Amino acid sequence: MTDATGYPVLDELLTRLHRIDTLDAPGLEAEHIAVLGRKSGALTGAMKTLATLPPDERRAFGAAVNRVKARFEAAIADRRAALERSAKAQERTAADLTMPARRRWTGGEHPVTRVIDEICGIFRELGFAVAIGPEVETEWYNFLALNFPPDHPAMDQHDTLYVDAPPVEGERGGRQLLRTHTSPVQMRTLLTSPPPVRVVIPGMVYRNDPYDPSHAPAFAQIEGLAVDEGITFVDLKATLAHWARRFFAADTRVRFRPSYFPFTEPSAEMDVSCRLCGGGGCPACKGTGWMEVLGCGMVHPAVITNAGLDAERYTGFAFGMGPARMAMLRYGVTDIRQLYEGDMRFLEQVT
Amino acid sequence: MNLSRRWLEAFLRRPLDARDVADRMAMLGATVDSIEPIHADLGAIRIGLVEDVRPHPNADRLRIATVNDGTETRRNVVCGAPNVEPGRRYPFAPIGATLPGGLTIEKRKLRGEVSEGMLCSARELGMGQDHTGLWELETDAAPGTPLLEALPLDDDRLVVDVTPNRPDLLGHKGAARELAASYGATYRLPPIPGAESLDVLPAQRAAHEASTGGVRISIEDPDGCPRFHAAVIRGVRIGPSPEWLRRRLEAAGVRSISNVVDATNYVMLELNQPMHAYDLATLRGPALVARRARPGERLVTLDGVERAIDAETTVIADAERAVGIAGVMGGAETEVGDATTDIVLECAWFAPSRIRRARRAAGLSTEASYRFERGVDLWNGAEALRRCIELVLATAGGMLADAPVDCWPQQSHPPRSFLRLDRLTQVLGVELPLHTVEQHLVAIGATVVSKPEDRRIAVDVPGWRPDLRAEIDLIEEVARIHGYDEFPTALGRFRVGNLPDAPAFVAAAGVRRGLAGQGLLEAVTLPMVPEGGEGAVRLQNPLSTDYGWLRQSLLPGLVRQVELNWSNHVRDVRLFEIGTVFTRPSGRSAAELPLERICAAGVISGAREPAHWSGTGREDVDRWDLKGLFEAAVALAFPSASVQVEDASWVARTDDGRLVGRASRLDADAPPWAGAVYGFEVELDPSARPAPRVRALPVTPASERDLALLVPDHVSAAQVEARIRDAAGPLLERVEVLDEYRGGSLGAGLRSVAFRLTFRAPDRTLSAEEVDKAEARVLGALETNLEIRRRS
Repeated sequence: MTDATGYPVLDELLTRLHRIDTLDAPGLEAEHIAVLGRKSGALTGAMKTLATLPPDERRAFGAAVNRVKARFEAAIADRRAALERSAKAQERTAADLTMPARRRWTGGEHPVTRVIDEICGIFRELGFAVAIGPEVETEWYNFLALNFPPDHPAMDQHDTLYVDAPPVEGERGGRQLLRTHTSPVQMRTLLTSPPPVRVVIPGMVYRNDPYDPSHAPAFAQIEGLAVDEGITFVDLKATLAHWARRFFAADTRVRFRPSYFPFTEPSAEMDVSCRLCGGGGCPACKGTGWMEVLGCGMVHPAVITNAGLDAERYTGFAFGMGPARMAMLRYGVTDIRQLYEGDMRFLEQVT
Repeated sequence: MNLSRRWLEAFLRRPLDARDVADRMAMLGATVDSIEPIHADLGAIRIGLVEDVRPHPNADRLRIATVNDGTETRRNVVCGAPNVEPGRRYPFAPIGATLPGGLTIEKRKLRGEVSEGMLCSARELGMGQDHTGLWELETDAAPGTPLLEALPLDDDRLVVDVTPNRPDLLGHKGAARELAASYGATYRLPPIPGAESLDVLPAQRAAHEASTGGVRISIEDPDGCPRFHAAVIRGVRIGPSPEWLRRRLEAAGVRSISNVVDATNYVMLELNQPMHAYDLATLRGPALVARRARPGERLVTLDGVERAIDAETTVIADAERAVGIAGVMGGAETEVGDATTDIVLECAWFAPSRIRRARRAAGLSTEASYRFERGVDLWNGAEALRRCIELVLATAGGMLADAPVDCWPQQSHPPRSFLRLDRLTQVLGVELPLHTVEQHLVAIGATVVSKPEDRRIAVDVPGWRPDLRAEIDLIEEVARIHGYDEFPTALGRFRVGNLPDAPAFVAAAGVRRGLAGQGLLEAVTLPMVPEGGEGAVRLQNPLSTDYGWLRQSLLPGLVRQVELNWSNHVRDVRLFEIGTVFTRPSGRSAAELPLERICAAGVISGAREPAHWSGTGREDVDRWDLKGLFEAAVALAFPSASVQVEDASWVARTDDGRLVGRASRLDADAPPWAGAVYGFEVELDPSARPAPRVRALPVTPASERDLALLVPDHVSAAQVEARIRDAAGPLLERVEVLDEYRGGSLGAGLRSVAFRLTFRAPDRTLSAEEVDKAEARVLGALETNLEIRRRS
C-alpha cells in the first residue's frame, strides 16, 4: 500500500476501487476510511509523518500527498457515481413497470354543471351576468306576469306542481308552485334592475312529468334575457347563433323556426345542424339534419309592461334551453335518470 | 293533428312531397313529428283481370279463376269468394308478395289444385273491414299495373305538433292556406263528388231562438254558446261512406263509422269546426237548447259512460233532458244509428274557457273539446254547416228540410288591429317595404287597408286566427311569413348588462371546485323526497308519494345514492351536492313562500384511497376524514362559521350561534360488506369571500418543544391547546397534536397527548432561555388551571 517512500500507491488504490461493485457493501466506505480516515487513514498517516521530515523535504512531500489525496477523492466520487448509475439501471430493469400505479381518488363536477358553466361562460363574453332566484314561486311570477292567459291551453305544456299551502296574497301572489321554468327570475330581475339588463339564469325547474328515460320531474334549465333600447330580432338571432358556434363548433349552422311561447313574440325554436350526421340526416335528428336546442323570442310587450317598463321604449329577447339534454347529447347519455342516480361508475366516466 | 298529404293535394291541386311539406310546415311554425306512409305496404299488389272462372273439381265452395296478371302466363287462383266473376278486376297478390298482415303468398295446392297467387278482399289489404268478398276495383288499368298506381291509395300521414295558439292548423284548410303561402300557390276547398249540383239554402239569422224543419233551436246560455247553427235533413240512408271519404278520414287517423257521422268528422278535420248529428226521432220537443246543466243532471255519453254534469257546464238539451255535453261529447240516446232517417246537424261555437272547464270536470278530452278550447272560427259556422249538409246529401241522400238557422244573440265582426311600420322595424331590426308587409298579411287571410301617410296598416284579422289581437301578433306574422331565416345574424353593438353575477352562484361555484378538489364527485338528486318533518313543504299534486315533499336536507338523497351504489356492488362512494333546501320556519305564515337555502353536502364511505397491490389503500374512511372534509367545506361555504363539538358530533355555528352545518356518521340500509357512511352538510353564505392576505415568510429559525401531557378524559384537546396558546405568549407560532396514547401504566380516565410547540421570533434567533421560559409558563398554566402535568 505504500511504496518505498511510504506513500500510498495510487494505482493500487484505483484498482481496488474498481473491484468494488456494489454500493450497499461496506467496500467503498471502508476504502475511504482506510485511506482518508481521521485516525488510521493511510494518507492521513502519511501527512502525520510530514512533521518528522527535514524542512527541505516537507514541501515536496506535502504537495505529493495532497495530489494523491485529490486524485483519490476524485476517483472515489467517480466510482460512487458510477455505482449509483448502475444501481439505478438495475432498478429499472428489475421492477415490472407494467404493474398498476398508485392512484388517488379524484373529484369532479357533474356533467350538467359543466355544461351550465360553459354556457354561462360564453354568454359572459357577450356581456351577460348570472342571475338566480327562488324555486318555489307564485302563480304571478311563473305565469301571469309572463303573459300566460289565465286558464289557457298554453298552461297544459307546463304540467305544474303546486305546493300544499294557501295562496300568497297581493298583486304578485297567487298559488304557490314549483317554477316550471326560470323565467320568473327574468321578471324579478326586470323589477329590481333598470335596463340595460343582460342575464343568464341557470336553475332547477319542475314539471309534473313521469320519471322516464327522457323526462325527469326536476331538471336544470338556463334562460337568458336581454332588455334595452334598440334590441331587435336580428340581435336575438346573432347572439344565439354566436353562442351555438362557440358551444358546438365553429362550423355549426343554425336555423330559426317560428314557435309559440306566451312570454315572447315573435317566438322561435333554434335548431343546429345535427351534431352526429352534420346535417345529412340520421336517426338522431329524425332524418331532418337538424337538432332543436332552444326556444327563444322577442320579449312580449306585455311582459315588459308587467315589469313596470315602457314597452314602446324597451325591447328585448329571451331564450331558454336544457343543459341536461345538452349534456346527454355531449356525453352520449341515453337515459336522463342516470344524471340523478349518483352512480359512481357513471360519474367517474363523465367528470 | 294528423294531416293527409293527399287531402292537402286536393286543396292545392298539385302533387306534394311529404318530406318537403314537413320542412315547409316546420319553417312556418308547425313541427311535423313524424311522417307515416299509408298503404306503402301494398307495393307488390297488382291489378288482376279474371278471364275465366270454373268450379273446383274437389270442393263445392271453391272455384278456380284464371287471372291475367299482365304477364304471358295466365295464373290459376283457387278462390272461395262469392263475387269472383270473369271480366272484373281485383287486387292480385302474386307469389312472393307479402300482405299487410304479414302473410307471404306461396304457390300451394288447395284440395289438389295448384293456386298461383291470391285475389284479395279489401280487409286483407288493410283497407277497412269489408270481408264479404273480393275487392271489386273500379278501374280500367291494364292487368299487372301496380295497385298503388291504378288507385290513389297510398298517402302520407303527417303528425303535426300544433302550438296552442294556432287552432287554424287543426284543419286541413288551415294547413293548405299556410302551404299555399309557402309555395306561392292558391288553394280552394276540394269539390265533393256528387254535391256539384246541390244548392243549399242560405242560413236564416236569428237571435236567441229559431226553428228549422220543425225543430226549435235555442240559446239559453249565450256566455257558453254564443252562436248555434243547425239544419234538419230528412230521409237519409245510413250506410258506409264512399271510398274517397273513408280514405281521407283514415289517413287523418279517424275511423270511418257511417256516412252521416263521417260527414261531421270530415268537416271537423277539414275546417276545424266540430259538428254533431242527432237522430231527430229521439229528440223530445223536438228541440235543441244550449243551456247550463241543471243540478244533478246526468247523461250517458257516446262512450257509454254515465256522467254527472256540474252546473257550470253548458249542455245541449232537447225539451226535457241533456243530450250532449256541449263541445265535448254527445249523448248515447240521441246518437245516429243504422235505423236513423232524419237528422239534426249542430254546428256551434262554444266559449274556450268554458269548454276547458267542462272537459276537466268531466275528465274527458275529445277531438271536439281540444278544438273548441283552442278556438274555432266564430264566423265560419255557415260555411262548415253547408259543407256538412252537402256531404250528407251526397253520401247519405235525404233532403234539407228547411233553410238552416243561425242563432247569434250578440253579433260581432272579427277584430281590427293596427300595425305601425316603425314599430315593426324596432322589433325586427330590418326595415321591410310596405308592400311586402301587406303581402305577408294577405297571405294569412287578413284584409289590409294601408295608411301610408301615418305609416301604419289597418288589419282585419281573419276569424280563424283568434291568436292575432295585438300589434306584436301581426309583427310576428310578418316575420313568420317573411321567413325567420331571411333576417341577418351579424352580431351588432350592445350595452353590457349592469348587474354582477349573483353572489350565491359565484360562492357555489367556489365551493364546488373546492369539494371536487377534495376528491368528491358531484351528484344531483331530485329535490322531491318521500317524507317531510317539522316545517317541511308538502306538494299538493305530487307525481307519487315518493315525491310528495320538498327536501329540507340534501343528505337523505345522497344516502339513497350511496345505497344505490351498494346495490351495484360499488363499495367506495364519495359524493357531494350543491342544491336548494326548502323549509317553512316556525313563525312564517303558510301563505308566504317558503325559505330557500342553498346547501353543500357530502357523503363518504369505503376506502380512503384506491387499493394498491403494494398494500396501501386498504383502510376505510373514518370520522377523522369526515372532520377534515367538514372543516374544509365550512371554510369554503361559510367561512365565518366555526366547527364545534356538540352531542358527540360536529356542527358549524356562526358567531351569533346559528347552526349552519353538521357532520356525523349516517344511518343507511347497508349490506354486510359495506363501510360506514359519513356525511356533512353546510349552508352556503353568499357574501363575497375576501382574498386571503399573505404573511411575510419567516427569515429566522424556529425552536420546537415536544410536550407529552397527561390529560384527563374530561379535558378536551381543544381546551389544552387554548390554554397553551394563552400561556405561551407571542413567540408561539404553532401547536400540533403529535399522538395520543391510552392504557398501560396510565390508568383509567387518563391519556397521554403529545403536543409540539413551535416558537419563533420574527426578528431574531430565539435563545434557549427564552424558549425555556415560555415552556415553563405553559406547563405552569396547565398545571394550575387544568391539573395537567407532563408525562415523566
